[in-house]
Amino acid sequence: MGPIIFLVVLVAVLAWLIGAYNGLISLKNQTLNAFKQIDVQLKRRHDLIPNLVNAVKGAMEFERSTLEAVIQARNQAVKVNATGPEGIKQISQAENALSSALQRLMVVVEQYPQLKATGNIGQLQEELTSTENKVAFARQLYNDTATQYNTGQQQFPTNLVAGLAKAQRADLWELEDQADKAVPQVDLSMKPKA
Amino acid sequence: MSDDTSLNLFQQQEANRRRTVLLVIGFVAFFAWLGFGGDYIYYLSTRDAPSTAYHHVFPWFGIALTVIALLTAWYAYATGPEKVLWSTGARAVVDPTDPQEKQLVNVVEEMAIAAGVPRPRIWIVDDPDPNAFATGTDPLHAHIAVTRGLLDLCNRDELQAVVGHELGHVKNLDVRLMTMLAALVGAVALMHDGATRVLRGGTNLGGGSGGGSRGGGKKGGAGPLLAILLVVWILSWILAPIITQILALAVSRKREYLADAMSAQFTRNPLALAGALQKIEGAVAPTTAIKRGAAHLCITDPLGRRLTAREGLFADALATHPPMAKRIAILRGMGYAQLKKEGGSVA
Repeated sequence: MGPIIFLVVLVAVLAWLIGAYNGLISLKNQTLNAFKQIDVQLKRRHDLIPNLVNAVKGAMEFERSTLEAVIQARNQAVKVNATGPEGIKQISQAENALSSALQRLMVVVEQYPQLKATGNIGQLQEELTSTENKVAFARQLYNDTATQYNTGQQQFPTNLVAGLAKAQRADLWELEDQADKAVPQVDLSMKPKA
Repeated sequence: MSDDTSLNLFQQQEANRRRTVLLVIGFVAFFAWLGFGGDYIYYLSTRDAPSTAYHHVFPWFGIALTVIALLTAWYAYATGPEKVLWSTGARAVVDPTDPQEKQLVNVVEEMAIAAGVPRPRIWIVDDPDPNAFATGTDPLHAHIAVTRGLLDLCNRDELQAVVGHELGHVKNLDVRLMTMLAALVGAVALMHDGATRVLRGGTNLGGGSGGGSRGGGKKGGAGPLLAILLVVWILSWILAPIITQILALAVSRKREYLADAMSAQFTRNPLALAGALQKIEGAVAPTTAIKRGAAHLCITDPLGRRLTAREGLFADALATHPPMAKRIAILRGMGYAQLKKEGGSVA
């Protein structure tokens, strides 16, 4: 009787080990994949911005500084060549700066009805909204997945196999305070009559 | 929140896989019963016939009906989504030029990213009533359709929430079960109509022979057994379409709440879905393009049945969708909880 019980327990423990290990590996890969999604969306955004700036440049001579801020932030973001979840701090800093520059531009565009009235600005606005949403949703998916992964490797008893699965804490994509707090400033005195 | 919903998600996916398999098994078993039951009745009624007359020994009906059921189930799985889309007259959005359609494509792409699934194919149903549905067999082969009315009625956030709801159905594999059900319900209705003629002939034959065997009085057990079998068998034929209808209704209600919750998880904006549902409910006109067979796939009951407005035993058994007011109330609750957590004021 003794050896049978021992065997049963052994099999149960092994089954659990395999399950827990595979679960962590699966989460790890999901986290990496979610991060790749952010990369894809960021690249899309970098490609879109020159088009956008060209489209509004003529109509927005008076908002030169806003446009320049966007271009600068974009170039800065493209330059960052960190990759993977390890470089997340660097990437997120540059991208958050770009996000807030774009947000300011969007607010400015909102302020000029005759700018919005031209068809292709409306389309560009939609493209920009969509791009920003895609970046945000990719980030949200990454943060959700990474949180699940982190919780998995910290919780008992899964944490016992975390070392075996070479699980490491994945950094979340933080929204930087500065970028978040910077309220877009719009100079209303420049507003032409509609 | 994400931990809870993900647990629900896996349970729901598992449940949907299991239920789809059960549905197919039930479907095939039902037809096997119709076939083999018929064979057995025929066998009993010809057993006492003179040796020169026909004796039904080999179960031809049973084998034929089982094979037909298996083929139908396979066909339903392979072409179900296409058939559903075809029945609503949807057209695929491939290369959108219209700004409204472009926005729809963008919104679907965004939600696919949020849900972490591949972008489904997008369809538009040219119907002025706002509605939406999803179909497909798994996230890799999924379709989302919205009506023209929905595009006209909802703003961007609301459209996003509705698409999120449909992607929720895709992600937790509701679409597989519901599409299969739609296809099989259609198949049963078709076969029932076709087979009714055959059945009429069978009833005359069975009734006549049953009387004959009782008259003989030799095998006392065969008479009542034959009669009971015959009654159950005929009832099965008559009830088949009703049973499948009720199944279609019962299977779809609870999952609407879950899909609503998943939409809120994707968009982080439950109030947008509440707004969309309110607008959709306000437009009372039935969605004429969507027929009864696909009703349980939609975000709201396209037939505009009054039952959807109530909850209770009767409505629970017969409505395809939970009461709209309750769905909206739950979403509002989520929205206010979120606002509170973020320190905002409840507007």
